[in-house]
Amino acid sequence: MSLVERVRALLGSDAVEGPAGPDGVPRVAPDSPDAVAVLLGTAREEGWRVRIEGAATWMPPDAPADLALTTRRLDRIAAVEPQDLSATAEAGIACDALRQQLADHGAWLALDAPGSAARTLGSVVATATAGPLRQGFGPVRDHLLGVTFVTGDGRLVQSGGRVVKNVAGYDLTKLEAGGFGAFGVIVLVHLRLRALPRADQTLVLEGSREELTSVAEEVAAAGIQPAALELMSPALAGRERWALAVRLTGSGALVTAEEAGLRAATGGRFTALAAAEAHGLWARAAESFAARPVTFRIGGLPESSDELLDLLQHQVGDEWISASPAIGAIRWGGETTVDRLRRLRRTLAGLEVPLTLERAPWPVRSQVGHFGAYREGVGPLVAGLRRTFDPGEAFVVAVEGAE
Amino acid sequence: MSRGSLVAALAEIVGPRHVRTAAAERVTYARDGLPTHRRVPGVVVLPGTRDEVVAVVRLLAALGVPFVPRGAGTGLSGGALADRDAVLLVLTRLNRILAIDPRNRIAWVEPGVVNARLSEAAAPFGLQYAPDPSSQTACTLGGNVAENAGGPHCLKYGVTANHVLALEVVLADGRVVPLGSPGGEPWGPDLVGLFVGSEGNFGVATRIAVRLVPRPRAVRTLLAAFGSLRAAGEAVSAIIASGIVPAALEMMDQSCIRAVEDSVYAAGYPRDAAAVLLVELDGNHDAAVAAEAAAVAELVRGHGAREVRTAADERERERLWLGRKKAFGAMGRLSRDLVVQDAVVPRSALPAVLETIAGIAARYAITVSNVFHAGDGNLHPNISFDGREPGLRARVEAASAEIMAACIAAGGTITGEHGVGLDKLRYMPLIFDGDSLAAMRAARRVWDPGERVNPGKVIPVHACREWAATRRAGAEAVAR
Repeated sequence: MSLVERVRALLGSDAVEGPAGPDGVPRVAPDSPDAVAVLLGTAREEGWRVRIEGAATWMPPDAPADLALTTRRLDRIAAVEPQDLSATAEAGIACDALRQQLADHGAWLALDAPGSAARTLGSVVATATAGPLRQGFGPVRDHLLGVTFVTGDGRLVQSGGRVVKNVAGYDLTKLEAGGFGAFGVIVLVHLRLRALPRADQTLVLEGSREELTSVAEEVAAAGIQPAALELMSPALAGRERWALAVRLTGSGALVTAEEAGLRAATGGRFTALAAAEAHGLWARAAESFAARPVTFRIGGLPESSDELLDLLQHQVGDEWISASPAIGAIRWGGETTVDRLRRLRRTLAGLEVPLTLERAPWPVRSQVGHFGAYREGVGPLVAGLRRTFDPGEAFVVAVEGAE
Repeated sequence: MSRGSLVAALAEIVGPRHVRTAAAERVTYARDGLPTHRRVPGVVVLPGTRDEVVAVVRLLAALGVPFVPRGAGTGLSGGALADRDAVLLVLTRLNRILAIDPRNRIAWVEPGVVNARLSEAAAPFGLQYAPDPSSQTACTLGGNVAENAGGPHCLKYGVTANHVLALEVVLADGRVVPLGSPGGEPWGPDLVGLFVGSEGNFGVATRIAVRLVPRPRAVRTLLAAFGSLRAAGEAVSAIIASGIVPAALEMMDQSCIRAVEDSVYAAGYPRDAAAVLLVELDGNHDAAVAAEAAAVAELVRGHGAREVRTAADERERERLWLGRKKAFGAMGRLSRDLVVQDAVVPRSALPAVLETIAGIAARYAITVSNVFHAGDGNLHPNISFDGREPGLRARVEAASAEIMAACIAAGGTITGEHGVGLDKLRYMPLIFDGDSLAAMRAARRVWDPGERVNPGKVIPVHACREWAATRRAGAEAVAR
């Protein structure tokens, strides 16, 4: 029996999607977490190599595998609890669909991941790709109350729960968030929400990069607590010069006071954007990264933001950059080579700054790896965790790269 | 190796003064903050430096001796207790604040630094360490990391896990591993996130980098008194749904209010109220905080608050908070023994669950006082009793189990900040199935293959499904 026949017998004929993709890898779309477990249990027995896909708008669906497991039929929103500011959604739900449903309930997921609005929630969680709102609301993991995932040998594992505070058991959710699928396929996500902000104001200042990083420092030093404080390269912002965009959210009184504080701290130079213009700016910045072949993020200290941006400019160019200088987080997009990425990662490692490769074509990511080499002592832990959660090495994930 | 040789070897590492072997000394470590569990450790060792910790752990690894890391012993789950065959590794001497970096808003500390001391040290820079467990004047940051500690102000600022950036940990075999980076981006998977809250089972944190946050320039603290718990619970939901994020949103019931008012921590809470809410709003702008406070006052009045009082000055604010933070201590006056419970429910379930708990208390004829982080749905139903009374201890145990079951049935969980330790082991199978428990145990064995660090805690091993087996059950059902 062929793989496709076997899968159809296991999961039903509609679980295998149409003709195989351009690389001939059959695409399987289980319609329940249990079906994912059955598929991976069988993959373990048969020795099938599996790549994980969401909507295939972020990570290129190009890893060599016996089958592609797509979460696109896991697209239900199991619960939205506006009173509790929590929601439970399957991993294959598109971010824009989720956002709309939450908004209908007056709730908000304060995550603005890079990429297309149709990206799946599972993709955002598995790659831990937070956007500019990381300034005010933290990394992806801070929005997760729990996840359910399926291991490489087909076990359904739940971690966390659906309440906002929870220390029952080890926090395996942290391993899944940003694990790039190496430790399991995320099938269900319990989310921490915010009330939809009553006021949401974006202001922009254009200038040279150096000038704007120093303005960002002034903003942070003035104690202003923006939802986003993002430095964008001209191409990314769609402007002549670099742009510093400040997003203020919260109650009307808070946003008014913060805006006044911002103007006082910076000499009133920022321009307030109308809602549609602001939406356009943030959406353009997010979507631009999906149009570049390679994206990575680095996490330094706030004080080193300028130095790190110089380094990027020098080694890989700075055409597509989005940075939160007040927290030291930088995202880069563009075209580059394996050698340049490796050299940059080595340079950054010398500065004690990690580089995480977020997306790239398989020939690049398989060599560079999402994480590259680990610091001393960490490698055996990661290898042990991979053996634990994927004992048959079913998942095709470029974790370390081939260096 | 005999016990005598072990003691001699430990003394060689840390000095004889810092190895406790006499029964009278060891018995002082037999409990943590929870009086219902008692274990006397075989040996107590108090290293003074990171290198001494490493040397002790390596010695114990070579000998195959289990050990239990412990901070100030203020935990509330029996998590830092060691059996007679184990060594208790007390970390309170590693109490140095290694660096405060105001520009990057980061502090590096040793695990024995007391929580409140870090905020004191950061204050001159206009910064603070946000997580503030009620025991913050005694508990240590190492313990906070192990338990993923919370506190009243975690509603706005997040719990310990949201503030730990990097760690240096000593594994069970004595290897020293750096995890995370001070910028917060992990090197690889988020092992810092996995380590925080692992209750000592993954190793010993010897250096901790935490995020500091600006001290708010404006603070308003409101006290709202209600005629019923239900009304207070509904007011909590209304505040959260309004989009205002209070720094803290705490509730106390009448039994708790009276215990506080009868104690030296009397805060001026209205004794006849069925419940009081303490709501704190903070921020950078006085006008904005005042506007939010006014909005909250209107909301709670609209939900039946019969009195709303705003702390007039810092002194009154501190007094209101002292009553809340010392509520556990005040409840100690109610009777000889006190079980401090910890559970979480969805916020909207608070009113119903509180009524269920009152019903359980009445049925078992026990006194339950509720003091809790209402904004998070994190309940602390506390049972006061005299353990000498025949049969009462069993009734308390049974009532505790029913309270936990009620919280789980409401969609909640068994612990929000105290941890599983020994105390909640029996409840773990109620919220996790055999595969999920086995996955946790398997993850632990990656860090500590011999399960020697803090053995017997967190995971009820008997409830774990066999991890190595391949599973096909259910395949046919799915295919249909």
